[in-house]
Amino acid sequence: MVTNAASFGRSGVHDFILIRASAIVLAIYTIFLVGFVACSSPLTYDVWHGLFSALPMKVFTLLALVALLIHAWIGVWQVLTDYVKPLALRGVLQFVVVIAALSYMAAGILIVWGV
Amino acid sequence: MLNSSKSGSYNKNIAQLEQSEQNVKKQRPVHLDLQTIRFPATAIASILHRVSGVIMLIAVGILIWLLNESLASPESFAVTQSLFDNLLVKFVIWGILTALGYHLIVGLRHLVMDTGRWEELASGIASAKIAFALSAALSIMVGIWVW
Repeated sequence: MVTNAASFGRSGVHDFILIRASAIVLAIYTIFLVGFVACSSPLTYDVWHGLFSALPMKVFTLLALVALLIHAWIGVWQVLTDYVKPLALRGVLQFVVVIAALSYMAAGILIVWGV
Repeated sequence: MLNSSKSGSYNKNIAQLEQSEQNVKKQRPVHLDLQTIRFPATAIASILHRVSGVIMLIAVGILIWLLNESLASPESFAVTQSLFDNLLVKFVIWGILTALGYHLIVGLRHLVMDTGRWEELASGIASAKIAFALSAALSIMVGIWVW
């Protein structure tokens, strides 16, 4: 079996499932959040702070950030393996993207933790 | 008897392979006139899905920063809200939401295609064009919302 150390899943099938599973989480989270902001006009600090101080919303946000890490990792791997042929450059770009996504996750944990 | 017929079909297969290899190596007309080459809608849908995905990778950094500022205190919430009066900020937010909407719509099309639907030439092109139309409509709605 051909495996690639730079991707996220253990195999292509694993990546296939993971990018779709994470897509579903991200789709539900985005539709909910955009819908919430659109429906609560004008948006006040109390409403916004109240939303993110609820435990389910904190969990939902962290789930979305984990899904983003997985989704971006696999998605960028697919894009980079198609367009960036030099191995070292591809490795560096993949590294930068994964570090960025991990940083987003860490930032998100700290942000909702303090609310 | 059996052996000879087997090796006979084997030789025939080899001959066919060599024939097809020669066909591949034959001089063929090359069409590389970039002025007349047009991507089909399905190809444009695919490449834009990738582009919008990469855009959002950067966009999420901006959104996380906005989330932090908006939740830190009532004062920083007010400052964040006043940011949206800026024309450039409005444009960036509109761009992010357009990329997001497009990525979401074409992503949903992808999930439908996983079930075996919209995989034929006609249905694939039609669903790609419908996805473009929906995204454009969403983008205009977002524009009205932001401004």
